[in-house]
Amino acid sequence: MSVVTLTINDKLVSAQAGQSLLSAIKDQGIDIPTLCCLEGLTDWGGCRLCMVEVVGSPRLVASCVTPVAEGMVIQTESQRLTAYRKMIVELLLSERNHICASCVMNGGCELQSVAAKLGVDHVRYDYLCPDLPMDASHERNVMDPNRCILCTRCVRVCDQVEGAHTLDVMGRGIQQRVIAGLNQAWGTSRSCTKCGKCVQVCPTGALFKKGATAAEMEKQHDFLIWILDGREKKIWRWS
Amino acid sequence: MNRTELYAMAQAELDRQQKFRCRLLCCASTPCISSGGTAVYEAVKQAIEAEGLQAEVEAVATGCVGPCSRGPLITVKMEGREDVVYEQVTPEMAARILDKHLRSKPVALDDKMLPADWPFFVKQKKIVLADSGTVDPEKLESYVARGGYTALGHALREMTPEEVCEEIARSGIRGRGGAGYPSGLKWHMVRKAPGEKKYVVANGDEGDPGAYMDRTLMESDPHRVLEGMAIAGYAVGADQGYIYVRGEYPLAAKRLEKAIRAAERRGLLGSRVLDSNFSFRIDIRMGAGAFVCGEETALMASIMGRRGQPVPRPPYPANKGLWGGPTLINNVETFGNIAAIIGNGAEWYASFGTEKSKGAKIFALAGKVNNTGLIEVPIGITLREIVYDIGGGIPGGRAFKAAQTGGPSGGCIPAEYLDTPIDYETLQKLGSIMGSGGLIVMDDQSCMPDVAKFFMEFCMDESCGKCTPCRVGTVQMHRMLDKITNGTATMDDLKRLEELCLMVKESSLCGLGQTAPNPIYSTLRYFRDEYEAHIKDHHCPAGVCQFGAKAV
Repeated sequence: MSVVTLTINDKLVSAQAGQSLLSAIKDQGIDIPTLCCLEGLTDWGGCRLCMVEVVGSPRLVASCVTPVAEGMVIQTESQRLTAYRKMIVELLLSERNHICASCVMNGGCELQSVAAKLGVDHVRYDYLCPDLPMDASHERNVMDPNRCILCTRCVRVCDQVEGAHTLDVMGRGIQQRVIAGLNQAWGTSRSCTKCGKCVQVCPTGALFKKGATAAEMEKQHDFLIWILDGREKKIWRWS
Repeated sequence: MNRTELYAMAQAELDRQQKFRCRLLCCASTPCISSGGTAVYEAVKQAIEAEGLQAEVEAVATGCVGPCSRGPLITVKMEGREDVVYEQVTPEMAARILDKHLRSKPVALDDKMLPADWPFFVKQKKIVLADSGTVDPEKLESYVARGGYTALGHALREMTPEEVCEEIARSGIRGRGGAGYPSGLKWHMVRKAPGEKKYVVANGDEGDPGAYMDRTLMESDPHRVLEGMAIAGYAVGADQGYIYVRGEYPLAAKRLEKAIRAAERRGLLGSRVLDSNFSFRIDIRMGAGAFVCGEETALMASIMGRRGQPVPRPPYPANKGLWGGPTLINNVETFGNIAAIIGNGAEWYASFGTEKSKGAKIFALAGKVNNTGLIEVPIGITLREIVYDIGGGIPGGRAFKAAQTGGPSGGCIPAEYLDTPIDYETLQKLGSIMGSGGLIVMDDQSCMPDVAKFFMEFCMDESCGKCTPCRVGTVQMHRMLDKITNGTATMDDLKRLEELCLMVKESSLCGLGQTAPNPIYSTLRYFRDEYEAHIKDHHCPAGVCQFGAKAV
């Protein structure tokens, strides 16, 4: 495997050719906020939180979908990046009803922790507060679109790992929604295998197990790597 | 079919046309049809039959003539006489036109006659639209008679693919879709890209408010686009082309379909084109009505039957496009230029335009001008010439305020720049873009924050929703503009709006989001005082915005 050399935050580092910029950054122990990205799923590049500055380019690039290149000079932190990341989190919070106090994921939510880390203590935009119905028709899980940030992790895991493709998105722009089947009640969808992978990868309280009460729901992402390692590399990790 | 047969076909059609003493060309493109063109065409045919003139007079349904606000239009073509164009023709006028020109009766029709030296026609340089008002778009022979498909034959027989790419590069043509990327460079890239299966895609998905250049070209002269695509296919080594037509353009799709069938039947498309070893198929793909599908990667996703959402570039389509193969994507207007470039040579083409922007550009002239319609002007023409000479000035003699170019991704050019030449670089310097060619003229009765709000609403509705800045940012920007135009905004809101604009511009995934704040930027740049008047004085200088009593 060939190696490329690049500069991350003024430090010369090496990375594997073809590796994503994000994983090269993470390999250096640098913390960078992400929401739509999850190891084991294909890259999406939608949330834009992981964007970095590339020296010599006026555009910011999402590091999850940018491959490393020889001689690249990047900055993962700057005043501008922090300001933009904060604005993006504010936009996400303003888009739906993210009221942490009444959410099952309170304390375990990735959006919440990113907001806390970035110091988003208030939202400068109007709350849009659409009135979206919850779908509790599934025997095990509940879908609450009011908490959804449209990262499509659930859609990707359902399609790419479980192979069911029960979940997908419909509509465009602010009207975009995650749907089950062809916009059926989730419980009536015959393609759903009830595997629950979507619940485990969801970063917020948009998907949760039925019966979970506030701050009780815990999500485990590492199951995804276990499954994929077992399938592809025949490495089985039971714990 | 080989080239000899092609020439024979052209000659036969020319002979047939010459048998007629008079040909009545009735415009049958969408604007004229919507103002009653079909009834006029039927009336003309009936009048010819009623008078028993079938052997002498032919009525032809043609493509767009240009001055769409004057439609329906009829051009009278007679041997040895200058063409006469009639505007706003009604079915009743059909018989009178015949009387005047064939029976030489003194019929008063002069008020409906467009003057021969009308600046609308004289100031234009028609390259792509050269035949659009004269050929019958539903008839292959009609295009062949105008020299159609000879450029393809020339490229196939006398040029190597590399030479074709080089010719395009030397002509200096730049992509007509908006960004103005040098087409020759793109063609070379696709030709050199490794890959067995390559594709050519014509982007006919235009959704800009006020723009209909692509529709008109596809409707008026479909074979010209197909020929350009076939030449491109030969040049880059592709044997499959797709023409992506906006879903709202059923007539364009119908005529293209017919044109493809006719060309395939005669061996001008399909396998072994013009008896050469080159095969090229073209299929139509209908869009489902999404502006974002004009973006290359979203367009390809849509062609492949997926959700029309963009993906980050690189890899660029030239290296990895449709189903992983190298793909050449050009606007239909770009393809419309190709046959002319190959036929007349790169030097001929490069003689039009400015130093860095060659050729002519089609604009859809709309808004507050006397003559709206479709024009093709040499690049480098001034805005004043377009608005006052071609457009005939502003109705009611009102003052010109600004021209919006480039659709929602573009910006406004204020009156002080009326005399600057219109080319890619100058427009960019002024904070606007050439775009696909929408040109909306505004007079002093237009409120600029309201205009920005209109374009923002469009971007908000058309955002695909994949990335956060564009999905939520456009909605929030629209709300802030709404506050400004209803008088409830504060200066703080304006500051927040500007911050948000910058963020959306720099962090969105694709071109739609990255350019969505442009209308706000350019209106703020030149008309900041109007924004401030709305906020501070609760007053709309143009008198457009209505403020409620409950201003905060």
